[in-house]
Amino acid sequence: MMRISIAAAALVVHVALMLALAPLLVGCLRWAEARLMGRIGPPPLQPWHDLRRLALKQPVLAENASWLFRAAPVVAFAATLSAAALVPSFASGMLDVPLADLVAIVGLLALARCTLALAGLDAGTAFGGLGASRTMTVAALAEPAMLLVVFALGLLVGSTNLDAILAALSDGAGLRASLGLALVALVMVGIADCGRLPLASPATRLELTMLQEALGLEYSGWYLALLQWTAALKLLLWLTLIGTILLPFGLASPDSGLPAWLLALPAWGVKVGMLAAGLAIFESAIGGMRWARAAEFLGVAAALGLLAAVLAFAGQVLT
Amino acid sequence: MTGATPGFGAVLSGLVLAAAFGLLYQRRAGGLINACALQAWALAAAAAWQGVAWEAPELIVVGCLVLAANGVALPMALRRGARRAGIGPSVVAMPGIPVSLLTAAALVALAVLASATMASPAQARGEIAVDLSVVLLGLFTLASRRGGPGEAVGFAATANGLILGMVEVRGMPLVALWTLAVLALGGAAMLRPGGQLR
Repeated sequence: MMRISIAAAALVVHVALMLALAPLLVGCLRWAEARLMGRIGPPPLQPWHDLRRLALKQPVLAENASWLFRAAPVVAFAATLSAAALVPSFASGMLDVPLADLVAIVGLLALARCTLALAGLDAGTAFGGLGASRTMTVAALAEPAMLLVVFALGLLVGSTNLDAILAALSDGAGLRASLGLALVALVMVGIADCGRLPLASPATRLELTMLQEALGLEYSGWYLALLQWTAALKLLLWLTLIGTILLPFGLASPDSGLPAWLLALPAWGVKVGMLAAGLAIFESAIGGMRWARAAEFLGVAAALGLLAAVLAFAGQVLT
Repeated sequence: MTGATPGFGAVLSGLVLAAAFGLLYQRRAGGLINACALQAWALAAAAAWQGVAWEAPELIVVGCLVLAANGVALPMALRRGARRAGIGPSVVAMPGIPVSLLTAAALVALAVLASATMASPAQARGEIAVDLSVVLLGLFTLASRRGGPGEAVGFAATANGLILGMVEVRGMPLVALWTLAVLALGGAAMLRPGGQLR
């Protein structure tokens, strides 16, 4: 009973921290990128101020928008939050362990993406349609790569459950060359899924180069606040997922003592902070990419995912 | 006992293979040189990690040699050499990037099939498949990228594959000396004393 209570409390704290820290992460990333480019940049808390400002505004919607347009931000937020709840951040063995399957997480993220793409088309404006088309093109290339990574991880450790994967990796099982390939593919898919391909700055409002921003162009008020919070949550989810698979250490479990719980939170912060710093350097240093090259970028991710799966499969057969 | 898991060295060798793919994805000389440096850093980390895990200081020396030669000196020399020789920023890829990537995947499959026929233990066969893949992708880069930087990077990637193979054999005699020989051969083949590309 005590164990279940701790697992439930860990889940509640995890979800609350994900919600609270996601906009702060975006703020820190924007601030770091600005500093790297020699500008002062907005303060890290700026996204929280923006969310508050947008939430207090009266939303103005397109006249011909249907119920789908109004429901899409809520559905996308709920799906992304559900996916975020399944990714262990500072604790393993949370109450939702049986549901924490990588395929389920991929499915929830796909649900959020498809809903927003439909909403982009629903408003009937050119830029919404353009954004929906580009988002689904990226998804069509990124999702097979992600599923190949999941397949490779499943072959390496014998499960697609995140807790089982992390437990196996922290015990030293599944440490093969294919894991290295899968990790690189996972990072590339994460960059694409968060709309951070170097096609343009993710903060841009220049319509011709927008990817995910174009989907929210017709939204305002609390709908737009929800969309921005969803994007921030997705970024934190991806950084947490990559961080925990890359460094599956420092996670507290319901059986751990107080010191392990006290160390687990800073460990999560260090992992996410390191990855966020890497992302800021990548985005500041990399040159712009033509839209046509996005397919090549994700093609490399798919090839690496496929090779990871092939090598893992060969490892199973050759053993 | 050092506490380092030898298996993590295999993960790093996977990163070396991923970087070999990254070489074939690049269209610009700068990107190609950066990817080559990244591959050398991953190889140096793999060698150093195995050195710590197996308590073999010569592997740490190998890591330092690779880092100094292919990770720092070669990229600097290539940038300077390309600038002096007036080589443009674009890399001529024959065939193009998508066909190169498909060919690379086929070469890795070939390496896996070739290693499957060997009478070594299963883990060794997996490592041989990765090492052979890196060598084959390096040779493919050497053959398919025209111009000084492309050929030099292909040569360095092939050398990295050979060194990776030596690093993963536990108790390999004179491994540091072999590494030095491979790196010196690469340097002599690629650069004139003044740092100019051949």
